[in-house]
Amino acid sequence: MSSHRVIVVGGGLAGLAASVRIAESGVPVDLFSVVPVKRSHSVCAQGGINACNEVARQQGYSEYEHFDETIYGGDFLADQHPALEMANWAPKIIDLLDRMGVPFNRTAEGFRDLRLFGGSLFKRTHFSGATTGQQLLYALDEQTRRYESEGKVTKYEFWEFLWPVIEDGRCVGIVAQDMRTMQIRAYRADAVVMATGGCGLVFGRSTNSTICTGAAAARCYQAGVWYGNPEMIQVHPTAIPGADKTRLMSESARGEGGRVWVPRKKGDTRKPREIPEAERYYFLEERYPAYGNIVPRDIATREIFSVCVNDGLGVYGENQVYLDLTHLPATTHHKLEGILEIYKKFAGEDPQHEPMRIFPSVHYSMGGLWTTFAKGSYNPPEPREKHKSGAAPPIDSRIGQGMQPGAIENARTNIEGLYAFGEVNFAYHGANRLGANALLSCIFDGLFCGVGVVNYLKSGTPSKSPHGTVSQSAYDRVVQQEERKARSIIDTVGKGGDDEAGNPYLIHRDLGNELTAACTVVKNGPRLEQCLARVGELKERYSRMKLADGATWTNQSFGFARAVGDMLVLADAIALASIQRRESRGAHYRTDYPNRDDANFMKSSVAKFDAAKRTTTVELVDLDASLIKPTARTYGKKDSATEQEKKSTPTAAMARASA
Amino acid sequence: MTGPTQPKPSAADSRSVRFRIARCDGPGKPTRWETFAVKIDRESAGANVISCLQHIAAHPVTVEGKRTTPVVWDSVCLEEVCGACTMVINGKVRQSCSALIDQIAPNDGDEVTLEPMSRFPVIRDLWVDRSRVFHNLKRVKAWVPIDGTYHLGSGPREPAKAQDTRYTLSTCMSCGCCLEACPQFTRQDDPAAWDTTFVGAHALSQARLFNMHETGKQLAGERLEALTGPGGVADCGNAQNCVKVCPKNIPLTESIAAMGRAATIHSVTRFFKK
Repeated sequence: MSSHRVIVVGGGLAGLAASVRIAESGVPVDLFSVVPVKRSHSVCAQGGINACNEVARQQGYSEYEHFDETIYGGDFLADQHPALEMANWAPKIIDLLDRMGVPFNRTAEGFRDLRLFGGSLFKRTHFSGATTGQQLLYALDEQTRRYESEGKVTKYEFWEFLWPVIEDGRCVGIVAQDMRTMQIRAYRADAVVMATGGCGLVFGRSTNSTICTGAAAARCYQAGVWYGNPEMIQVHPTAIPGADKTRLMSESARGEGGRVWVPRKKGDTRKPREIPEAERYYFLEERYPAYGNIVPRDIATREIFSVCVNDGLGVYGENQVYLDLTHLPATTHHKLEGILEIYKKFAGEDPQHEPMRIFPSVHYSMGGLWTTFAKGSYNPPEPREKHKSGAAPPIDSRIGQGMQPGAIENARTNIEGLYAFGEVNFAYHGANRLGANALLSCIFDGLFCGVGVVNYLKSGTPSKSPHGTVSQSAYDRVVQQEERKARSIIDTVGKGGDDEAGNPYLIHRDLGNELTAACTVVKNGPRLEQCLARVGELKERYSRMKLADGATWTNQSFGFARAVGDMLVLADAIALASIQRRESRGAHYRTDYPNRDDANFMKSSVAKFDAAKRTTTVELVDLDASLIKPTARTYGKKDSATEQEKKSTPTAAMARASA
Repeated sequence: MTGPTQPKPSAADSRSVRFRIARCDGPGKPTRWETFAVKIDRESAGANVISCLQHIAAHPVTVEGKRTTPVVWDSVCLEEVCGACTMVINGKVRQSCSALIDQIAPNDGDEVTLEPMSRFPVIRDLWVDRSRVFHNLKRVKAWVPIDGTYHLGSGPREPAKAQDTRYTLSTCMSCGCCLEACPQFTRQDDPAAWDTTFVGAHALSQARLFNMHETGKQLAGERLEALTGPGGVADCGNAQNCVKVCPKNIPLTESIAAMGRAATIHSVTRFFKK
């Protein structure tokens, strides 16, 4: 076994895929997670995982078209080479998951079944009921457990990542805290893979799990790692609201034939079943005849928002629309059982008989730690025109055309030895992620970019100076920094009276409300400036924060309060990047700049943190658009040449709704 | 962005629900009870045990007006797919995310009792250490022994019916409800004893799952070997409590019966091979 070690932080799909791949190559892995890895947020993914497959291929689909959809779906903000490699690998990833025993749904003949998903006209989404994320996570959890039992992976569950140890410009380990004993200590490694997911909790209630604070990414960011496209936050069109969180109603509900509608008559008080077909407004189908209910998420979200807020057509006059599955056959209901159960349990109605009532909610962070890649072998002299759906692909699907396999730069941050896999990085999805591409990108990062991590150990700096040669003082310094920080939070216990303003839970609530109002479906300059100022006020409140628990054992509210400080830093980056992107693109829609502006803004926003001043600056950095020429992203919308027309209706109503 | 309102406005616009919570500061520390009142109204539509615990965390004051510490509990997905937030609610083990207040405490003044699971050591308050649940998955080698992650083509073809059965078994989220309800699965804080005490319904069902898979079958002998030893399938007392509390409706008793039969055949075969 190698004398090198790799630390993986996060045990969702990306972290587990990385652990398995790296351990398999003979390098021991230390796997850190704030929860038992089997409970990671990947379990919440429902609908499926995209990959070109034989049936779709014979109908004219190709890996290249999957790539094209991904770039178009992301409104041309993603670096193109990495997305190409991911699409080319997708079928191999499905095969591997299949070998691991994932119970993918089957056809009558026993082949893997497929369903339709947003942003495609072909069935190219593999699925396991409506709990695909759970099933994929379990398969990787099982493989990780196998390596754990062989001593190749060591798990540190209920350990929280606090800070990367960076010495001479390279990452040589981490400092982490045992959430039970509260012990803070350093761990050495030759490379660190961050796989810590998204930052939904910055928005308060979202479809994310309680652990998706973004704190780990925010800590790397404050330690000098750049953060790409923080303003690109996906608001999923269909979620059930709740008092503690919003719960996702998978896009597969629409992929399997679910229809979104509202009564044509404003304030219609009739029950849905009493409303005849002609009096129902299937607004997605009417506006987007080609894609209908499976337009990409940002578009569906804005249309639902607009129908409720601008047109006042929300069901029972509220901000909600119907997602109707009542017309579907029992076999389809069975395929969607996982999510129908969730609706039944949490909303108290049976969606087989009553249309569900849903509304958009924060769901996914396209942005994240900024990462690099080594371009692959496909480099046309000029970017090609957008691919015509069903046409023969210009290239085959051989690997290595998008990214160089095994290159040590793949999915690496601006810090040597520090990698970012999965949702925590900013790659692949641009300004909007297509449904069922998230599971793919997580596993792709782990399997494909994991090889680059191993090669970095073999041929990069660790080959000459392994972690053992790094001075202990580098680690001690960070441990002391974190101990000081912890003490300063614990020391607030019992100081002063019952101050609501300094309550960390209320600071978080107010942060969530503010960011949801200003930085989600509809944004505009003045409101964003106000948001930035309010985040400043929240930071000021945070500096006077008071903790209610001084325990030195399993102090959960301490951990939460510390994370709130990190969320505030991310909030700054999200608001600032939203302000500086004076255009509309994908999930980022500004009423004051309703058009896409490729000349000025087809660039990545890169946020950098000044540790001395504790401030964020955002710069625009060129991206790799060398494969496909940008085109207007219309999805064949009927009432306008482009989506722009719709976008140019900045209304007071929208602003009101978001206030 | 304001969300949709919940479908059912309750009879009373606002009511108060009391939460009686077992508190414990850490391993070996005594349990004490604290009671909190939480207001349920239109604002808190769709309230569940989690949202009430969140409210208590932000306002940790008991009904007597005593300031205390926020309650510690385990939670992740809040959609009943991760298994984390399992606890004993009004005497019944279940996930706290799907415990809706309108259902468990519909009237003003209703009381909800929250306790940690009893078959696992308490870390603090409602949070218990369930390492043993995962350990027992290692005992039955709950994985498919693949050759590695290189591309070697697709997995075995499978009839839809077999997939359907495996899928149901594979939705087990290792929450531990079946263990909490099991008379045979007693609390064991010493990890050294875990390998010889009852493995539990969840692990038996996972053994069945992997023995059904074409490649997973390769380890069937090793799994059955583990299940014929101490703490194996013979330890099941057939109380059938497990299947009643499983939040995923996994046919645990079918799995136990299937593993019981397979283990018997395995033992007999082994006897004659000797």
